[in-house]
Amino acid sequence: MRRQRHVDVLVVGAGPAGLAAAARLSASGAGTVEVLEREARAGGVPRHCRHRGFGRWGVTGPQYAENLVEAALGVGAAVRTGVTATGWDGPLSLDTTGPHGLERITARAVLLATGARERPRTARLVPGTRPAGVFTTGELQQAIHLYGQEIGGRAVVVGAEPVSYEALSALRRAGVRVAALVTEETRAQVGRARATTARLGIAGVPLVTGAVVAELLGRGRLSGVRLRHHDGRQAVLACDTVVFTGDFIPDHELARRGGVSLDPGTRGPAVDGSFRTASPGIFAVGNGVHAAEPARVAAGEGERVAESVGAWLEDAAWPAQAVSLLADAPLRWVAPNRLAPNTPVPRFVLRTTEPLFRPVLEVTQNGRRLHSERVRRRVLPNQGVYLAGGWVGGVDAEGEAVRVAVG
Amino acid sequence: MTVTTRGPLPSEPYDVTVVGAGVVGCAIARELAGHHPLRIALVEASGDVGDGTSKANTAILHTGFDAVPGSLEARLVREGRRLLAAYAAESGIPVEPVGALLVAWDEEQLAALPSLLKKAEANDYHEARIIGAAEVRSGEPHLGEGALGALEVPGESIICPWTTTLAYATQAVRAGVDLHLNCKVEEVSAPPQPDVPGHHEQPDIPGHHELTTPRGVIRTRHLINAAGLHADALDQLVLGRGEFTVTPRRGQLIVFDKLARDLVNHILLPVPTALGKGVLVSPTVYGNVLLGPTAEDLDDKTATATTRDGLAGLRAKGRRILPSLLDEEVTAVYAGLRAATEHDDYQIHSTPEMRYITVGGIRSTGLTASMAIAEYVVGLLADAAGPDLDLTVAGNLDPVRMPNLGESFPRPYQRADLIATDSAYGSIVCHCERVTRGEIRDALISTVPPGSLDGLRRRTRARGGRCQGFYCGAAVRELFEGWGGSGAAR
Ligand SMILES: Cc1cc2nc3c(=O)[nH]c(=O)nc-3n(C[C@H](O)[C@H](O)[C@H](O)COP(=O)(O)OP(=O)(O)OC[C@H]3O[C@@H](n4cnc5c(N)ncnc54)[C@H](O)[C@@H]3O)c2cc1C
Ligand SMILES: Cc1cc2nc3c(=O)[nH]c(=O)nc-3n(C[C@H](O)[C@H](O)[C@H](O)COP(=O)(O)OP(=O)(O)OC[C@H]3O[C@@H](n4cnc5c(N)ncnc54)[C@H](O)[C@@H]3O)c2cc1C
Repeated sequence: MRRQRHVDVLVVGAGPAGLAAAARLSASGAGTVEVLEREARAGGVPRHCRHRGFGRWGVTGPQYAENLVEAALGVGAAVRTGVTATGWDGPLSLDTTGPHGLERITARAVLLATGARERPRTARLVPGTRPAGVFTTGELQQAIHLYGQEIGGRAVVVGAEPVSYEALSALRRAGVRVAALVTEETRAQVGRARATTARLGIAGVPLVTGAVVAELLGRGRLSGVRLRHHDGRQAVLACDTVVFTGDFIPDHELARRGGVSLDPGTRGPAVDGSFRTASPGIFAVGNGVHAAEPARVAAGEGERVAESVGAWLEDAAWPAQAVSLLADAPLRWVAPNRLAPNTPVPRFVLRTTEPLFRPVLEVTQNGRRLHSERVRRRVLPNQGVYLAGGWVGGVDAEGEAVRVAVG
Repeated sequence: MTVTTRGPLPSEPYDVTVVGAGVVGCAIARELAGHHPLRIALVEASGDVGDGTSKANTAILHTGFDAVPGSLEARLVREGRRLLAAYAAESGIPVEPVGALLVAWDEEQLAALPSLLKKAEANDYHEARIIGAAEVRSGEPHLGEGALGALEVPGESIICPWTTTLAYATQAVRAGVDLHLNCKVEEVSAPPQPDVPGHHEQPDIPGHHELTTPRGVIRTRHLINAAGLHADALDQLVLGRGEFTVTPRRGQLIVFDKLARDLVNHILLPVPTALGKGVLVSPTVYGNVLLGPTAEDLDDKTATATTRDGLAGLRAKGRRILPSLLDEEVTAVYAGLRAATEHDDYQIHSTPEMRYITVGGIRSTGLTASMAIAEYVVGLLADAAGPDLDLTVAGNLDPVRMPNLGESFPRPYQRADLIATDSAYGSIVCHCERVTRGEIRDALISTVPPGSLDGLRRRTRARGGRCQGFYCGAAVRELFEGWGGSGAAR
C-alpha cells in the first residue's frame, strides 16, 4: 500500500542544485515544495568534501551544504532525507521508499537534481584481480571524512584534474602516502600552482603523464597497479590503495526510467536553456545534466530553474519541439543541448576529449554558420570550455540539429 | 549451529568430512545432514562458502539439452535442474524461466541446429524447436543484423548462484554440520590400507583420515573431496594418484547496467561449432545483463584476473549479438575458472577401501547439477560405508527461507508490509541495488555470516551496483565493521 500525496513541486536530490532550486521556489511562492534526498543527510556531494573552495567565501563543503539546507528550510521548503525516489507511476508521479513506508507523490512539476558519480574501476574496464583497496573519490572522502575509516598505506591516484587533487588531500589527511598521480593526458588539468605544490610540496607526489592503469594486481588486498605508458612501456607501481577519480557520469537512472530523453554526449537528461527536458513538467539541473561542474554552477542553475518552474506552474506551456545541439568530436558534450524557441541560454558548457590550443568553436545548422568564437586559452580534457549563447535567436526551429565543432 | 573461522578445531572425529564449500560441497553437506544425525564437517580453505568457482559463473539453470547423451553429467544436470528448481521455489532463491535461443549467425551454425535438436531429444528434452529468422527477431528486437535462425530452448532459466550455495550451507549448519572456514587441507594421512589388495569390503577398518590444516587436525572416518579446481591435488594427497588432472579454463565476464535489461528477453547462447564455443548474452536475476564467458585454458588455478584482450574480445562479440548493449555502462567485470579435465564427463569416483569419494571435474554445469550430485554422492557413500554409516534414516531438514535478491520478486524496499513491521527495511543504504539496512543487518547476523565485504555483497547485493561504492561504499563498510568485521555473531 502506497500513501498517495500531492505537492506542487517535487525536487529529487538535495544537493546544491536541488536545494538552491527549492529555496528559490519556496521563496517565490511556488506552493508546496518538497525535496527528496535518499541519503540520511541533505547536501549532496559537498557533505563529504572537507576542503575549502565552495561558494565564494572559501567555505568548506560541509559548511556550504549546511548553508544551502538552512536556506531551503528557512523559506519553508520540505527536505525529506532517507527517502528515495525509486520509480515512476505516471508522467509526474514518483514512487518513494523511506523508513516511514512507501508513498506515491504526484506533483505539478518534477525537478531532477540527482547529481553525478565517478565511473568506478569496473566501468572503466580496468582488467586484473578484484582486490580490496579500490576506491572512487566519492567513497574515499566519505570513508575518511564521514566515518574515519582506515584506508591503507600507499596509494595511487588515477587522474590529475581538480577532483584528483582533492583525493590526494583526503589521502594525506588520512595519513596515506601517495605514490603517484597517473593521468592519460599530457599534463595536469589544474592550475599550475596547484600541480606544482602537489609535486614539490612537503610530501612531493610525482605526476605520471601519458599513462593508464592497465591492470590491478593482488589477491585479497591490492598489491600494485601495472601502468602502461603511451609508448608501450609497462611498469608496476606497488600500492595497497588506488583511487579512480573523475570520469563523471550523471546518475540518470530515474530520468531514463521515466522515459526522459537523454543527450548522447552528457548521458544526462537533454535540457534547454530553461532546464526543461523533453517531457512536459520535468526539469533537470546540476551535475545530472553536465557531469561535473563546480557546486556553485549547480546551485546557480537551481536558482535559475525556479523561474521556469514558476512559469510552467502558471501557464502550463511547454515547447512543442526543440532542436538538438550536438557536439562533434573532439568535443565530448555540450549543455544545455536542446534549443527551444524563445529560450535564451546565457552560456553553454562543453568538454573536449583532446587538448585544444586556443580553439575556434563553430556553431552551424543546415550548413549555415550561426556563431564562431575563439577560446583564448588552451583547453584540456576534463576542463570546462564555455560558449556564449547570444546566437540562439538565429536557430531555425524547423531545421536540423545544430552542431558545435572545432573550426 | 557451528561455523568457525579461527582457532583450534574439535578433536573428536567426524563421521564424514566434505572438503570444499563450493556449491557442490555445500549441497553434499546438506544432503548428508538431511539423513541422519551423523557428525559431519564441511571444511573450506577460504573465509566464506561459495568463494571459488561457485561465485563466478553465468548463473544459468541448465536443462542439459546439449550435454553428452548418456553421460553422468547429462543425467545429473537433468535431475539437478528439476531438484533445484523445486528447492529454489521453496527457499526463496530467485529463478526466472526466460528460455534460451541458440542464435545461428552463419550457414554453418544454421546447419548445426538440427543435430543440436536431436541431441536435446537424446537428452530427454523435448521442448526445443528450431525457429526462423523472423521469429528470432520478433523475440529479440534488439538483436544484431544477420541472425539466420535459432534453436529455442524454453526450459533454460536464470538463477541466483549466491543464495543457492548459501541456502545449502545454511540448512546444513542448522542441521548440525560443522562448517570450518579458513581451513585449507594441506596434508592427509590416510587410514591404514587393507591388507588384501582388491578387497573392497572393509567397513570395519579402524582409524581415521587425518586432515592437516593451518588450524589443526581434523579426524574423519569418511572423506569426500569436493575441492573443485583442487580436486586432483587432494586425490594426490589421499590416494597418491588420481584419475584426472584439472586444467582451469578461465571464463571472463562483463556485467552490464540494469538499464540494459530491457534489451534482451532470452539467454542468447552461442551455437557450438568447430571454431569454438562463442559467448552468450544473458539476463541475470539481479536485473543486469551478462556478456561472456571467454574460454582460456590456463595452468594457474588462481588466475581469476580479467585481461585487456579478454574484455576487448567479449565486447567485439557482444557488439555483433546485441549492438546497443555496448552503449550501456558496465557494472562489473569478473572471471571464473571451470574445473576442466581431460575427460568429457564429471569425475566422481568412490574408493571404498579408503572410505574416500572424489567429486571432481564438475566443470560448467555444477550449479545446476549440485543437488543431484549430492544425492548421487550420498548414494555412493551409503554403498561404500555399508553398516558403518546408517544413511537409511531420513532426518529432518528445516526448510530455509533466503532473502530475495531477485528483481522479479518483491524486494524489501518495495514491501510496505515489511517496512511497517521494521523501518530498517525502508532505509535504503546501497542506492544502485536498493539494499536496505535491514537486509544488511540480517546478513550480518545470519547463520553463515559474511567474512568480508564481498561476502556481504553476495548475500545482499550491497555495493555491487553501478557505482561500486561511490555512494554507499563507506556506509556499508561502517555497518559491516560495526558488527565486528568478520562476523561478531560467531
Ligand atoms: C569528489 C568530488 C569533489 C568535488 N569537489 C568540488 C569542489 O571542491 N568545489 C566545487 O565547487 N565542486 C566540487 N565538486 C562538484 C560538486 O560537488 C558538484 O558540482 C555538486 O555537488 C553538484 O550538485 P548537484 O546538486 O547537481 O548534485 P549532488 O551534489 O550529487 O546531489 C545530488 C543528490 O541527489 C540525491 N539523489 C539522487 N538520486 C536520488 C533519488 N532517486 N532519490 C532521492 N535522492 C536522490 C543524491 O543522494 C545526492 O544527494 C566535487 C564533486 C565530487 C564528486
Ligand atoms: C565462467 C563459468 C560459467 C559457468 N556457468 C555455469 C552455469 O551457467 N550454470 C551452471 O550450472 N554451472 C556453471 N558453471 C559451473 C559451476 O560454476 C561449477 O561447476 C561449480 O561452481 C563447481 O562447484 P564446486 O563446488 O565443485 O567448486 P568450487 O566452487 O570451486 O568449490 C570448491 C571449493 O573447494 C575449496 N578447496 C579447494 N581445495 C581445498 C583444500 N585443500 N582444503 C579446503 N578447501 C579447499 C575451494 O576454496 C573452493 O571454495 C560455470 C563455471 C564458470 C567458470
